Amino acid sequence: MSAPNANGTTLTRRGLLAGAAALAGAALAPGVHLIEIARAKTGEPVSSKVRWGLLIDANRCVEGCQKCVSACNEENGLEGGTRPVDVQWIRKVELKEVRTGRKASAPVMCQHCAKPPCVDVCPTGASFKRADGIVLVDRHTCIGCRYCMMACPYKARSFVHEPLTQQKPEVPRGKGCVESCTLCVHRIDRGERNTACAEACPTKAIVFGDLNDPESAISGRLREVQATQLRADLRLDLGVRYVGL
Amino acid sequence: MARIARFVLGAALAAAALAAGAQGSRVPAPKYTVDQSTTCVAPPDVMRRTHMQMLKHRRDRTVHQGVRGGDEALTRCLECHASKTTGAAIGAPDAFCQSCHQYVGVKLDCFDCHQGKPGAVRSVAARSP
Repeated sequence: MSAPNANGTTLTRRGLLAGAAALAGAALAPGVHLIEIARAKTGEPVSSKVRWGLLIDANRCVEGCQKCVSACNEENGLEGGTRPVDVQWIRKVELKEVRTGRKASAPVMCQHCAKPPCVDVCPTGASFKRADGIVLVDRHTCIGCRYCMMACPYKARSFVHEPLTQQKPEVPRGKGCVESCTLCVHRIDRGERNTACAEACPTKAIVFGDLNDPESAISGRLREVQATQLRADLRLDLGVRYVGL
Repeated sequence: MARIARFVLGAALAAAALAAGAQGSRVPAPKYTVDQSTTCVAPPDVMRRTHMQMLKHRRDRTVHQGVRGGDEALTRCLECHASKTTGAAIGAPDAFCQSCHQYVGVKLDCFDCHQGKPGAVRSVAARSP
């Protein structure tokens, strides 16, 4: 696939394509330039040096308290209804050990797995894990097939069945897409270091932080206490850990 | 010579037809209200042709890499381009996005998910005491 030209050099197909690409790049330059400026202003892409996670202390969690659930609904503009079609990013689970009668309650949300099954099954790549460990749905590419909902061992995802109009500007949501806890990703990108649920918890049962940073509060707590992962047998390496379940 | 005359005549006729087309168009040109006190991130002719590429490039960086804010964020667009009467970029005949998309016959689905009204996006400064 090459032809000698007048100078005796060879004009390859690859070289020609590279040249064409360079030309196309030059033509796009004005638009690209604008984006470059904006990028410098808004900071760097997220890095895998951090891994965001939650530590939930079921000993502190109060039975019947729904403050984290309502804070999540408020923060993300969820309807917070109780109909079967209403979405739910976080739910309170009450447990009772049959033999001893010991009760425990804890919020359950997307566990932000390091090896997320929802990402494995997604046919379009809409379900993805961000470099900083947050598992998200790119609604631009989600086709609403709900494979991820079936793959998730924690029933963490919901499907939006009805058209929405009252979305929060920071949390775009729409009919026909699957969604779940984002670890308040809009807050994290803004530089805040707390989620709405952790902020709202009256007993500080939810701790948000960087699992990779040994100095963070969450890592300090994880050094002190025996924390477990839900369905640890699946070895998904969860970002959300529990104490006292 | 006859050929040149025919060319000139043809060109004149074509120009006349174009002018007539613009005036007597069956589809009226979009009328919208927009805040002209500031300038957009690029000149209007560039924006008309490339705003979709800018938004698309932008959305991938936002969703996948967490780069938010900046001048070409959709929320920032709405600060100027939301209608003064309805406060939204859609839902009214004079709404900026809707009027033009209707004119060119291109489906506008950004606002199926995104809020079409400029909202109070809380900044870090606004939240910290």
